[in-house]
Amino acid sequence: MSEKTGSVLVVGGGIAGVQTALDLAESGFKVYLAERKPSIGGVMAQLDKTFPTNDCSMCILSPKLVEAARHPMISMMTLTEVMAVEGEAGDFTVTMKKHPRYVREDRCVGCGLCAEKCPSKAPSEYEVGMVNRKAIFVPYAQAVPMKYSIDANKCLWLTKQRCGNCKKVCPADAVDYEQKEVIEKLNVGSVVVAPGFEAFDPRVKREYGYGDFKNVVTSLEFERILSATGPYQGHVVRPTDHKTPKKIAFIQCVGSRDEKVGNPYCSSVCCMYALKQANIAQEHTSGLESHIFFMDIRAFGKEFEDYRARAETEYGIKMYRGTRVASVDEDPETKDLTLRYSVGTDISEQKFDMVILSVGLEPPASAKDLSDRLGIKLNPYGFCQTGIYSPLETTRPGIYVSGAFSSPKDIPTTVAEASGAASKAGKHVYENRIQIDEVVKEIPETDVKGQEPRIGVFVCDCGINIRGTVDVPSVVEYAKTLPNVVFAEENKYTCSADSQELIKKKIKEHNLNRVVVASCTPRTHEALFQSTIKEAGLNMYLFEMANIRDQCSWIHMHEPEKATAKSKDLVRMAVAKSRFLEPLTKSKLGVTHSAIVVGGGLAGMTSAMDITAQGFHVDLIERSNDLGGRLAKLYTAEDGVSPRKYMNDLIERVRSNDKITVYMNSELEDVAGFVGNYKVKVKTPEGQKELDTGAIVVAVGGQEYTPKEYMYGKEKNVITANELEEKLSHGALNAKKVAFIQCVGSRNKEVPYCSRVCCSKALKNAIEIKKKSPSTEVFIFHKDIRSYGFRELLYKQAGELGVKFVRFPENKDPELSKVGEHLQLVADDVVLGEKIMFRPDLLVLSTGTRPNPDNEHLAKMVKVPLSKDGYFLEAHMKLRPVDFATNGVYLAGIAHWPKFIDETIAQASGAASRAMTIISKEFLETQGIIAAVNDMVCDGCGVCEPVCEYRAITIVGSDAKDPSKLKAVVNEGLCMGCGTCVAACPSGALEQKGFKTNQILAQIDASLEGGAK
Amino acid sequence: MSAPQAAHAEPKAAAEGEWEPKLIVFCCNWCSYAGADLAGVSRLQMPTNFRVIRTMCSARVDPEFVLRAFASGADGVLVLGCHPADCHYIGGNYRTRRRIALLRVLLEQYGFNPDRLKLEWVSASEGAKFQKTIKEFNETVKELGPNPLTEE
Repeated sequence: MSEKTGSVLVVGGGIAGVQTALDLAESGFKVYLAERKPSIGGVMAQLDKTFPTNDCSMCILSPKLVEAARHPMISMMTLTEVMAVEGEAGDFTVTMKKHPRYVREDRCVGCGLCAEKCPSKAPSEYEVGMVNRKAIFVPYAQAVPMKYSIDANKCLWLTKQRCGNCKKVCPADAVDYEQKEVIEKLNVGSVVVAPGFEAFDPRVKREYGYGDFKNVVTSLEFERILSATGPYQGHVVRPTDHKTPKKIAFIQCVGSRDEKVGNPYCSSVCCMYALKQANIAQEHTSGLESHIFFMDIRAFGKEFEDYRARAETEYGIKMYRGTRVASVDEDPETKDLTLRYSVGTDISEQKFDMVILSVGLEPPASAKDLSDRLGIKLNPYGFCQTGIYSPLETTRPGIYVSGAFSSPKDIPTTVAEASGAASKAGKHVYENRIQIDEVVKEIPETDVKGQEPRIGVFVCDCGINIRGTVDVPSVVEYAKTLPNVVFAEENKYTCSADSQELIKKKIKEHNLNRVVVASCTPRTHEALFQSTIKEAGLNMYLFEMANIRDQCSWIHMHEPEKATAKSKDLVRMAVAKSRFLEPLTKSKLGVTHSAIVVGGGLAGMTSAMDITAQGFHVDLIERSNDLGGRLAKLYTAEDGVSPRKYMNDLIERVRSNDKITVYMNSELEDVAGFVGNYKVKVKTPEGQKELDTGAIVVAVGGQEYTPKEYMYGKEKNVITANELEEKLSHGALNAKKVAFIQCVGSRNKEVPYCSRVCCSKALKNAIEIKKKSPSTEVFIFHKDIRSYGFRELLYKQAGELGVKFVRFPENKDPELSKVGEHLQLVADDVVLGEKIMFRPDLLVLSTGTRPNPDNEHLAKMVKVPLSKDGYFLEAHMKLRPVDFATNGVYLAGIAHWPKFIDETIAQASGAASRAMTIISKEFLETQGIIAAVNDMVCDGCGVCEPVCEYRAITIVGSDAKDPSKLKAVVNEGLCMGCGTCVAACPSGALEQKGFKTNQILAQIDASLEGGAK
Repeated sequence: MSAPQAAHAEPKAAAEGEWEPKLIVFCCNWCSYAGADLAGVSRLQMPTNFRVIRTMCSARVDPEFVLRAFASGADGVLVLGCHPADCHYIGGNYRTRRRIALLRVLLEQYGFNPDRLKLEWVSASEGAKFQKTIKEFNETVKELGPNPLTEE
């Protein structure tokens, strides 16, 4: 098969693989998305909620899965493994093995009759074995693709040639016992590997009794217990007696930070997920008490520390800091559990109804085989080998990695990496990019003009998110009584893949020409439903949503009757508006195929290099005199290379790149235009420059906090961590006693957040000091040591080299005084329960990171928000970590949040990838929701013209013969569809499509009818 | 719920038979509607007697909409938009501010209590402010009593 398209293979269909696939597809590449399991979704599909926003995991994931499944540039290959990769970057031949599904995907409609009649059962992998599935099954109710598969080990026909029920009952004749393995060869330019992780199996930790004591569960099992779709429908109950527990305990670091089980690293996510599970469990169960036993609480991410504080103060979760649990014992009668644990130097005991083991993340069992087949190396812990300066690169050129396969990490970091891997993979195939409209056939649109509205209403249970409060069946019955509604029904998840098929089917069956979905918020789900109805031949604007979850069931949880009545009102309002909806058309606008990157530090330069690697031009704007940002001030090596050295090389590569124009001492002055077509004014030393660009990457970094504490600036032997690195670069220190104080300017009243990097940086430098001068005494004074991931090994190494750690209380900082010529540090050691005194020759302050004080100015210019801490605020904290709500503007580096070199590089590549999804396109479509002038009514008074912020309206002559006759004209490319002009128009000549006056008035009237009972 | 958490606490249910005003709330798509969603995501509980109408910008709220709402029996109308200088459409909220101020004068001149119409800024990160705004406006309108137009 000789294809001219650039193709990429993505291995793994979890959130990482799906995001990589979507980015590549949107950038014009053909993607093969291979998943070993029968469906995509990975571990994220099993989660109930996600921290720190408590978003429903399935709700935010599902639209992405559906988008990947329906994307014309993505070939989804389920039950498929990579067997071999031959060739080299740019031209790989990949051998794939597709395992038999025994169900024909082209025929299965996912009706489930087969599973109903199947007599053979097996533990459900999705439910972590807590409930059974059948031998013919879908992994979970919203699985993508919604196609059944047969477990060959359990199927009676395949094992013993008996039964055959499924084949008999299948209405679509989809069951095919004769299917065999299929070997297929693909030609791809690059590969991205994202097989994810596996949860640690705590059976080897015999002391915790998992496996023997049924009320000891893993965190993944507890996640399912919390889920509305889980084994107990979201009710927190004990597995032994299904009684509601009163007191539960979480044991942290099970299978993490544990040499005995071979996992010396920190799994990075368990502290936060335990806090989340404790919060959610208490929300589900009145009177429940949660206790968390941990060593350090690692709340290092954006808004994490707030979340932790709320868990303690608002939810009253009891925290046992610096505590290792020695054992768990079961009372054989009551099945209650007794924990033995150390408190300082004493041993304590406490009884619990249920124990949750916060299990760590391990490489997938397939990692060894997979790495052999791909020809890539694993690190000593079995994860994919990467480097600090090459976080997305495996050891084989052309093969990239993203997600938890390279190190344990949370969802946003994974998603940013996934985009980053797409950028890297794209550079091998970019010359064979194709435009999406070359592969998509236009679906002919049904003409609904002049038709009486025929409205279909789909009401979502959202598991129990809506149904737990709102009487959904009565809302459905009510909807049926509304004018022009010809069909209404209830769905468990209206957003799932099978529901999309159902909506399309119902549109055809009932000849629907308007669709209303009552579920969550249009902000996240409108686009999904719009493309569904588009596939059924309806204009996508013949759609309306009623937000009965976020703005009803969730905010009226204790008033089910009123929430039900309100849901009916909201449905009535949506139906009323939908009766007046009209089909809208979009036009196509050209795109400027270049990007502007603001900020010449590590993030900005990495983004710029990635974008030029795919052939696009970049204008790099740096306001200072130097490229390099904060990294140029760091000296102590990581991965054997000094950051400053890496930075000097990078600056050289940027300087010599003929696709990058660098503007030094320059700043943005004005940003006009819109996604794909920005016009940016830049103030340069040579005067103002006007640049056209398709996308903007914000990578302006942050600042190091300048301490006011600890006599800094007054005592020459009190220095910051950065000053220490500079000193160390000149050789051994002239100090016999060194102390580090952590959290200087972090985790205090003024700045409550954790600056993420300071702990590991202190460890790195403490090790450097010890290496250079083993006899130097080094003390680190800290609240928690937050060396997550593989940086935990720095903690271990520092300890082995004799670095001493003193944990001081959260609310009581060490005190520094001067005794004669000596600095004297006194702190409460919470582990020993006594005061510690130390007289350092050199005191190093681990200073926190601050956002740039003038971020607000830039934020306003590019029209994006800042977080309450002053960092740039992304579009969605979990699944859109490098996007802004404003299309065409992206985010990377410390401007987003403090982070390490590897994290910054990965995120910067991610921002580059997102920008390239825009600038690689030949054209973008305008929005349908824009202003329109009714020429018959407009008399050209001109009130609207100055009202428009985008200068999209001009007043022109309307009659060639009579120059006094004027009218308003709207430029569709410039109009952003705010509707400001419409409200200003005194004659009613202006209308906002999609928000027309009659549509909104219908909503107002409907809201006040009060007809619903 | 066991934990002391004011924001999540069960709201005081309206006493049986107690009069509840009907409130219409216009929310701009980018800030206030997102703030209302965030209130939901954060499970912040509040009175049920308001109905949200989404517009892309608060500046789409034509004075006609407000008058129609009152004429059709709304007891109070809230218009919520992005904070000054945060408008997704640059300066739409400034126009809203002027229009609402003018409209309040107009309402007063016609003998209609202008406190039944309120403009407030709620950002995408202010779920708690959305909750507070709803609660407070509800109390204000409760004190004002039913819309006099509905009593005739």
